[in-house]
Amino acid sequence: MSAQADWGPLCALEQSRMGERSLSKIPILEIRDLHATAGGKEILRGINLTVFPGEVHAIMGPNGSGKSTLAQVIAGRDLYAVTDGEVIYEGKDLLALQPEERAQQGLFLAFQYPVEIPGVSNLYFLKAALNAIRKRKGEPELDAMDFLSLVRQKMALMDMEEALLNRAVNSGFSGGEKKRNEIFQMAVLEPRLALLDETDSGLDIDALKIVAHGVNTLRSSDRAIVVITHYQRLLNYIVPDYVHVLSEGRIVRSGDKSLALALEESGYVGIEELSEAAQ
Amino acid sequence: MIATAVTPNMISGLADIRKRAAERFEAHGFPTTREEEWRFTNVAPIAKAQFPTIAPSVNGHSLRIALERHPGLVEEYLGHYASCENPFVALNTANSEDGAFLHIPANTIVEEPLWIDFTAVPDRTTHPRNLIIADAGSQVQIVERYTGRGPYFTNAVTEIVVGENAIVEHVKLEEESPDAFHVATIQVHQSPNSNFKSHNISLGGLLVRNDVNAVLSTGCEGTLNGLYLANGNQHIDNHTVLDHAAPHAASHELYKGILDEASSVVFNGKIFVRKDAQKTDAKQTNKNLVLSENSVINTKPELQILADDVRCTHGATIGQLDEEALFYLRTRGINKADARDLLIYAFARDVIDRIGIPEIRAHLEKALFESLHSRRSHSPRAGEAVA
Repeated sequence: MSAQADWGPLCALEQSRMGERSLSKIPILEIRDLHATAGGKEILRGINLTVFPGEVHAIMGPNGSGKSTLAQVIAGRDLYAVTDGEVIYEGKDLLALQPEERAQQGLFLAFQYPVEIPGVSNLYFLKAALNAIRKRKGEPELDAMDFLSLVRQKMALMDMEEALLNRAVNSGFSGGEKKRNEIFQMAVLEPRLALLDETDSGLDIDALKIVAHGVNTLRSSDRAIVVITHYQRLLNYIVPDYVHVLSEGRIVRSGDKSLALALEESGYVGIEELSEAAQ
Repeated sequence: MIATAVTPNMISGLADIRKRAAERFEAHGFPTTREEEWRFTNVAPIAKAQFPTIAPSVNGHSLRIALERHPGLVEEYLGHYASCENPFVALNTANSEDGAFLHIPANTIVEEPLWIDFTAVPDRTTHPRNLIIADAGSQVQIVERYTGRGPYFTNAVTEIVVGENAIVEHVKLEEESPDAFHVATIQVHQSPNSNFKSHNISLGGLLVRNDVNAVLSTGCEGTLNGLYLANGNQHIDNHTVLDHAAPHAASHELYKGILDEASSVVFNGKIFVRKDAQKTDAKQTNKNLVLSENSVINTKPELQILADDVRCTHGATIGQLDEEALFYLRTRGINKADARDLLIYAFARDVIDRIGIPEIRAHLEKALFESLHSRRSHSPRAGEAVA
């Protein structure tokens, strides 16, 4: 692999950034010893994670390790009960906020399985969402013309057909269209913190490139992105600053992007041993 | 008891029909919940109220005037379709003093929808009787609307005869007062290769019963759609019959309802496929969105299929708001109450969008919006005045 030669200097760069980041900025997200249960079963068993503006984090892990639960808990799904720990978002207690308040304050979750909503047009839905967020920020609602021109610009970014706007939200969309629609929404809503939950699963390589391009366009110094994935493949296109390995509800290893490649080679088998050792 | 007078100047054939209807009602009386057709709808409050009968006021297109001017035409059709087996049809047939009469001559296309408006008078009974004849090759849209104030009883019967190859779209808007009793039968006869669509919308009334029955001939397409919004102590009962009497006819039926508070709702959809009605294609769907634990729904499809080469499907669902969809909307910044309304609205729009008259769609979207709004302001969650 020719890319391998470039890792050394990049890794060094990441290391130095990791050292200086906490001095210059306050984190967007701080998760401290987070425990959560579903139906009485503990799924998250002490997660710690700090994310600063401008960073892209990847959370990897085998099926059932708690990746999607973590995303859903951060977004505010009431199926899960937080039993211990805290989540601080921009210095505030995130867990005290309703899901819509989290979104209005800049949190965005791209769903692993985007929900179909028959009877609600994509356009109407997105306008309601954007205006709810603008209202919270004290900005005036966008009129129909301004909204449409914004939406057209973002659709071009995601290589989406305009006809999708008038269709019901995700209804009858292909798997790829649903995932693109998620990133399209993210592009329109411009969150401060985006969680992408297995946005790559089920995508062919062309769709994956479009989605990754959309996400990369949204990378900026005041926005953070957390990419949750089972596979390393996506990380070739969305290159993370940090990679964390989740196993049995805990982060068992953290490192730079080379960790993802190591995982790709060794699989998650070795990680489960690590997890046992951590107990 | 409600009077069963026969107007003396009635022509003989019709007088006969009215006399028999009166006798039929006298013999049977109001139906009780011991009868299968009325099992879940107790009409005792209607019988007990004894509102005196008056003639309904019709703006133009009066059946009474038509009877004077074209007695032959009226007599050929009136009372020949709606069956007096239904006691309320018998009561109407015996007592009706007026209603709307619409005759669309052959091959005439009526560009604008025709409106029939009935405004009830408090503490009175009316028996509007409507006759709609769409001759061969004609095309028309008709809106039948019922409104009023205070307590009253409206007992309407509409007979619709759709000629060969004619296209008729019929909207019934039941927007009666919250204290009203409303019983209505729409009886449709479809001649070969005709296309009929019914949109049966129930928004108001305290006690509401609709019977929408269509008989389909060869090559017909028949659509029965319905929407009911029930809240408070409202009881809304919709009975439908699609009678496939001949081969190669298709029917589509979609009834959707939203139940809130202590409302109760009945849906009973019968599909008959007669022995000769091969190649019938019939689809029936009833979907209910239940917003309150105190609501009651009885839904029952009844299929009687005597032919062997047919396709008939039916399905009924009773559900609550989709929690996944609600969460998804909220993660995009839409607050919980708005997200709920959006989902309720979307559920109902499915029926509204099928109506081919833009003014009616706009009217219903507004009515739906207002209904959602008033529900929110009544709910203790949203009300500030709650002590």
